[in-house]
Amino acid sequence: MPRRTMIEAIRDAMDVSMGRDDKVVVFGEDVGFFGGVFRCTQGLQAKYGKSRCFDAPINESGIVGSAIGMAAYGLKPCVEIQFADYMYPAYDQLTQEAARLRYRSNGDFTCPIVVRMPTGGGIFGGQTHSQSPEALFTHVSGLKTVVPSNPHDAKGLLIAAIEDPDPVIFLEPKRLYNGPFDGHHDRPVTPWSKHQLGEVADGHYTVPLGKAAIRRAGSDVTVLAYGTMVYVAQAAAEETGIDAEIIDLRTLLPLDLDAIVASVKKTGRCVIVHEATLTSGFGAELSALVQENCFYHLEAPVARVAGWDTPYPHAQEWDYFPGPARVGRALIETLEA
Amino acid sequence: MADAGMLRFHVPEPEVRPGGTPDFSNVTIAAAGSVPRPDIDVDPRTIRDMAFSIIRVLNRDGEAVGPWAGLLSNEELLEGLRHMMTLRTFDARMQMAQRQGKTSFYMQHLGEEAVSCAFRKALEPGDMNFPTYRQAGLLIADGYPMVTMMNQIYSNEADPLKGRQLPIMYSSKEHGFFSISGNLATQYIQAVGWAMASAISNDSKIAAGWIGDGSTAESDFHSALVFASTYKAPVVLNVVNNQWAISTFQGIARGGSGTFAARGLGFGIPSLRVDGNDYLAVHAVAKWAAERARKNLGPTLVEYVTYRAGAHSSSDDPSAYRPKTESDAWPLGDPIVRLKNHLIGLGAWSDERHAQAEAEILDTVIAAQKEAESHGTLHAGGKPSTRDMFEGLYAEMPPHLRRQRQQAGV
Repeated sequence: MPRRTMIEAIRDAMDVSMGRDDKVVVFGEDVGFFGGVFRCTQGLQAKYGKSRCFDAPINESGIVGSAIGMAAYGLKPCVEIQFADYMYPAYDQLTQEAARLRYRSNGDFTCPIVVRMPTGGGIFGGQTHSQSPEALFTHVSGLKTVVPSNPHDAKGLLIAAIEDPDPVIFLEPKRLYNGPFDGHHDRPVTPWSKHQLGEVADGHYTVPLGKAAIRRAGSDVTVLAYGTMVYVAQAAAEETGIDAEIIDLRTLLPLDLDAIVASVKKTGRCVIVHEATLTSGFGAELSALVQENCFYHLEAPVARVAGWDTPYPHAQEWDYFPGPARVGRALIETLEA
Repeated sequence: MADAGMLRFHVPEPEVRPGGTPDFSNVTIAAAGSVPRPDIDVDPRTIRDMAFSIIRVLNRDGEAVGPWAGLLSNEELLEGLRHMMTLRTFDARMQMAQRQGKTSFYMQHLGEEAVSCAFRKALEPGDMNFPTYRQAGLLIADGYPMVTMMNQIYSNEADPLKGRQLPIMYSSKEHGFFSISGNLATQYIQAVGWAMASAISNDSKIAAGWIGDGSTAESDFHSALVFASTYKAPVVLNVVNNQWAISTFQGIARGGSGTFAARGLGFGIPSLRVDGNDYLAVHAVAKWAAERARKNLGPTLVEYVTYRAGAHSSSDDPSAYRPKTESDAWPLGDPIVRLKNHLIGLGAWSDERHAQAEAEILDTVIAAQKEAESHGTLHAGGKPSTRDMFEGLYAEMPPHLRRQRQQAGV
């Protein structure tokens, strides 16, 4: 089985999709000739031509707005927003146009677009290259939101997203592009080539949207995580010796509630971890769902570990990032509660 | 210098406010027939002056004159007259229905009927409009059933949009009419994207984007012009300048640029102004722009100079911000009267036939209204189900919505 980085897996997903369906087009800032600032589209223009993969003006609203028009025509655009932090000019087009087109036209027009965007911090990107805006998408009726955590899933989920008949937000944790970063920023990261989930099959396969994966089976406490936080949680479990069951949600909406409920009913405890700011974050939704569905099985309050409610700082990045020490403390407190 | 030392803030004001005497003497209007008709492959740099003039075909005597005249037969003109009259009658009946409480909201086209009715006849089947809320003439002139429009306005059991959208926010892919959003300007860049897709697919279809004078101030207008210019998209970019954005006169959006058409010049897009109350001029310019798009010559920006004679919507009262008689003073007249007089001058029409046509059209519209009302109105009779509210958001209903639908008891 070939090993790929997350970047290579994402590129391969687009390559496979473009090869199978000439309605798939890829564009965004620096995406064409250069292949994207993270190189996720490298080689696609040379292989498929400038009509299928091209550079866009620096205009996120224009990128998403034109993609909506293309989708209404019958194409399947897969566009890149260079950083999730840059998506705000496109937010109107995403939330009020893409998300509602099928509904408001009663299926007369549909919007099968994928909007890829690198998300999360840990690269000293400061407040405009580090954000995790997933809750701004999960709050919107009509969007689907996906956050892969490894190369195998990234490829399968991206192909599934491209083939999905509705708009999908595809958030790529940029700190995972080259390896399973676990929050220990002072240690070298194991490359994906040495990780089992770096095994990415050639050709076409999908990972279905709306299905979570159990990354570590355990009996003491359930950890709900996605993206980079999956590895942070794994590190925290190993370092505290707590037998945590770590669920990688993979898709936030539609959410695999069954997997969550089954696990929390088994462990009786739940810690939710995300890098985005705490207040009104997706963890609040998860916490409410766990409470509603598992209340009589809970033996401790549901805990949340998240980014502090400040903008993502530059110099204090590792004070902000919810690393293994903070997650570990939450695990211990939840067990002791 | 007398002003030195103190900055002054500038807020543009219209010439006249309520109580004043309407005055359009500062509106420069080119004589009919005076603006040349360039070849469609003209170098845009050589026609920059067209962004500051007004292409007109019908002169004050109702004659069709100049290089933009002569494209339409008498039969086609009579059909166009009927479309505009139908739209006006449809509007009057639906405005009244709103006042009677049969729907929540309505927007009429009074004075602007020529723009959408004539434009539609310049397109081919399969082309796609991305309209605003004031282009229902695109549907009327394409033969879309009035009953279906009314069903949508009433949000009744036969509403093709299942009661999900505000009245008049129609959608018909079959009739080249993109779903109206209700947001402003978002559709302009979408039109460009649709046109890009047609070019990517080596198709022959073109798109038309629509926007009002006020909404050109939105950033999506700029996005559309950048993308259209960069990718030479096969799109006609229409700006309907009806002078008023609710209560805000067009000078607030236009600023110092002189005209809205002039916005296109910096993008190298051929930019034309046309008399929006002149059916023949609108059609001729639309045809020119559509042909450019179809021949891979790229986008055209067209500003239709017209006047919103009615209120912005059923929720608006224009007497609060402009003189009541302003529309009577509008120097480009009424589009229906002008085409009617032209046809009478050609010997193809008469006052008697016009009156007879008005009566026939009213009968047709009333019959459609009766049929639509048999399916219900907003607050009476058949209406879309609560279940319809949950359906159709996604191709496949996700589990959380299914749970909510069950909670709602449907």
